Amino acid sequence: MLENKPNIVLANKDEAYTVVGTRPPRHDALDKVTGYARYAADISLPGLLYGALLRSPHAHARIRSIDTSKAKALQGVKAVVTSAELPDLSGKIADLGEGNRANYNFMSNNILAGPKALYKGHAVAAVAAVSQIIAEEALSLIKVDYEVLTAVLSAREAMKDGAPILHEGANTLAGPEARPPSGAAPAKPTNIANRLEFKLGDVAEGFKQADVIVERETHTKAVHQGYIEPHSATAQWHADGNITIWSSSQGQFMVRDQTSTVLGIPVSRVKAIPMEIGGGFGGKLVVYLEPVAALLSRASGGQPVKLTMSRTEVFEGTGPTSGTHITVKLGATKEGRLVAAETHLVYEAGAYPGSPVGAGTRCILAPYDIPNAYIEGLDVVINVPRSVAYRAPGSPAAAFAMETAIDEMCRTLKMDPIEFRLLNAAKEGTRQATGPVFARIGFVEVLQAAKDHPHYHTKLNGRYRGRGVASGFWFNASGPSAAIASVNADGAVSLVVGSPDIGGTRTSVAMQLAEVLGIPVDRVKPTVADTDSIGYTSVTGGSGVTYKTGIACYEAAQDIKRQMLQRAATIWNIKPEDVEYTKEGVLQHKSDPNLKFTFAQLAGRLNNTGGPIVGRATVNPRSPGNAFATHLADVEVDPETGKVYVLRYTAIQDAGKAIHPTYVEGQIQGGVAQGVGWAINEEYFFNDQGRMMNPSFLDYRMPTSLDLPMIDTVIVEVPNAGHPFGVRGVGEVPICPPLATICNAIYDATGLRFSELPMSPSKVLAALKAAGKNGA
Amino acid sequence: MAEVWLFASLKSYAGGKTRMTVAGATVRELVDNLERQFPGIKEVLSYQGDLMPGLAVVVDGLTTNLGMLESVQDDSEVHFLPAIGGG
Repeated sequence: MLENKPNIVLANKDEAYTVVGTRPPRHDALDKVTGYARYAADISLPGLLYGALLRSPHAHARIRSIDTSKAKALQGVKAVVTSAELPDLSGKIADLGEGNRANYNFMSNNILAGPKALYKGHAVAAVAAVSQIIAEEALSLIKVDYEVLTAVLSAREAMKDGAPILHEGANTLAGPEARPPSGAAPAKPTNIANRLEFKLGDVAEGFKQADVIVERETHTKAVHQGYIEPHSATAQWHADGNITIWSSSQGQFMVRDQTSTVLGIPVSRVKAIPMEIGGGFGGKLVVYLEPVAALLSRASGGQPVKLTMSRTEVFEGTGPTSGTHITVKLGATKEGRLVAAETHLVYEAGAYPGSPVGAGTRCILAPYDIPNAYIEGLDVVINVPRSVAYRAPGSPAAAFAMETAIDEMCRTLKMDPIEFRLLNAAKEGTRQATGPVFARIGFVEVLQAAKDHPHYHTKLNGRYRGRGVASGFWFNASGPSAAIASVNADGAVSLVVGSPDIGGTRTSVAMQLAEVLGIPVDRVKPTVADTDSIGYTSVTGGSGVTYKTGIACYEAAQDIKRQMLQRAATIWNIKPEDVEYTKEGVLQHKSDPNLKFTFAQLAGRLNNTGGPIVGRATVNPRSPGNAFATHLADVEVDPETGKVYVLRYTAIQDAGKAIHPTYVEGQIQGGVAQGVGWAINEEYFFNDQGRMMNPSFLDYRMPTSLDLPMIDTVIVEVPNAGHPFGVRGVGEVPICPPLATICNAIYDATGLRFSELPMSPSKVLAALKAAGKNGA
Repeated sequence: MAEVWLFASLKSYAGGKTRMTVAGATVRELVDNLERQFPGIKEVLSYQGDLMPGLAVVVDGLTTNLGMLESVQDDSEVHFLPAIGGG
């Protein structure tokens, strides 16, 4: 059994790193805790104008006309813009950098509504004025003539024959793989934007082999990423036609590329400056404000314009994750071997196609070795804000459906839930239901660590108390990245990267450079640079920065090391291969022990021995390593109120190699907190007109520190062969298991199986009453 | 020849098949040879000469970052799949 202490790292004892695996203070800590770090809304420039957005009061309406004349005439107003200022981008599609397909016309229409407003809160027009008050007053002077249409607020309604159609050109909506073959009759208009299907083996035959069959249907609501910093962007359209943007995002290159495309200008004319970011979780992988601020700046004669959303605008105007409807059917032998699975996933994309149903289909069965499987996924548009990525997008809802079905299977078979999972766990060589074969993965090791944890063996006493177990999977993602590292005369290294730092990645990538060079990490000065100052770097997403930018830093350090060896050789008039670079960062003559330089000593001699040394690397690595997690939760259900108290929570996860274990623990704890909120509190609550009734943190109830116990973590290290230190992404997978973990624990506590989230007090109390179980 | 796997949504473009052996030393050559067998499939798998945005190609277990340029061996297993976007 594991030693009973919090936050265990199960590391490979043979490793001999000096920096990697330690817990140094983060480089940005002081600025952030003292309030000096600059976020997007902190920007102040000479001549700055203040912007405001007019948003649709209707969930579905045709825009007949917009009259801005009175708003433009208001004293202090400098500009008013609508979608008429945006170029037509019909049919233009692109990759968003992590495989997400973007239809830029949809993106443009989402930024400023085109022919239709498709959700309540959809931006319709924007104003820039000399003050925020005047800008907001001007909004009331804009007259929009709407033809109000019937709104469709759920996938079930949207898929019915005769349902109002959001996009009449439905034929162009379907993904190419779902279009009818050339020459076939065009499909009739539909709100089903895409359909995905996977088959493995013989599903019917598989179910014939099953002794036990379990079927479940689950439903989840849209939930928001809930980042603490609302969106903010400032843009200046300079007289020479170039644009500068200061904004909060998960990728300044994403901001540059999407803004240039939406505005129809060359990418090199846009410079995007990344500000500090107060959380993103996938919600800041698309632009909302940047192109509008740029248009307003141009229309104002080049004055900079700042747009900052209120919290209500964030809820109503930016993407939550999808609501989902999933069915799972599992077949197993009486010995507990899964032999067949059939799943159907329906994800609500919001106003434009692009829900994470593709990821849901690829994740739902991934943790298990199932020889016969069928998976279907549907992407359905409805009149709510367009869904965007949220931490392991698509996977948590899929895991909720699958892992509660697994729990039911274990109870039916009377098997221990971890033993059952161990018996069926995917491992190296397992063929996924979607086709590919897994490389080295750590799911078995994670399950074993869960089974060995004292939490799993501690007796849980008391009525209405129960324990739940569930697992989760996420692919992790990579992408292009770049690093430039300059050696200073005092031996410090200035490191420039292009990855916005959301979870402490300045330090986690600097540590990898420091490890190679044999210098302390506080001798590395990391900076996140603008798009003119570093090579293209894909977004901070997919749990990929410590992996991909870490490799860029590793390679940049190797570049420095090679040059330092050459420089020492030049000084000593010997060959570079006769110089040794020690782990402590000392360069020494291999045969003359009296000849040696510390890194800092040699750094001080660079300028008069050949010039400065700059290491650089550009990479696009392809093996981010898959992530698995298993969680344990103890809950107590209050039979009088229906409130669920989380008493104890332990999260076990394969990190490959934890470069900075504290940051890995933080990522795990953050993912669990969000997942628990999703499970028992959070939901977009729409009325029948599509108006969100809880667009503030008072009514949209995210968990606080008072709602959660200490979240204990166990970091399992099964190295990823595709990274020099073995790193796997860690940020997303911890949000996958909590939904089912809590649900399974509530079942254990009450005997009630919930199939719909959130499991809020009112819902739990109603179920207890219906079962005659309420009352102490 | 490489073994190509198409996810089932694509089978209507490939005569109802989801697995087939195809000649080619790169993903581009595989796609070109698939097009010869199944006219029309290329416009589903590629866009302006590159891999169709939103699709991923997994060659021997690894998602390629070279798209149509990725090398393929005679015994390779090549999967065309919906791409995954992170958060």
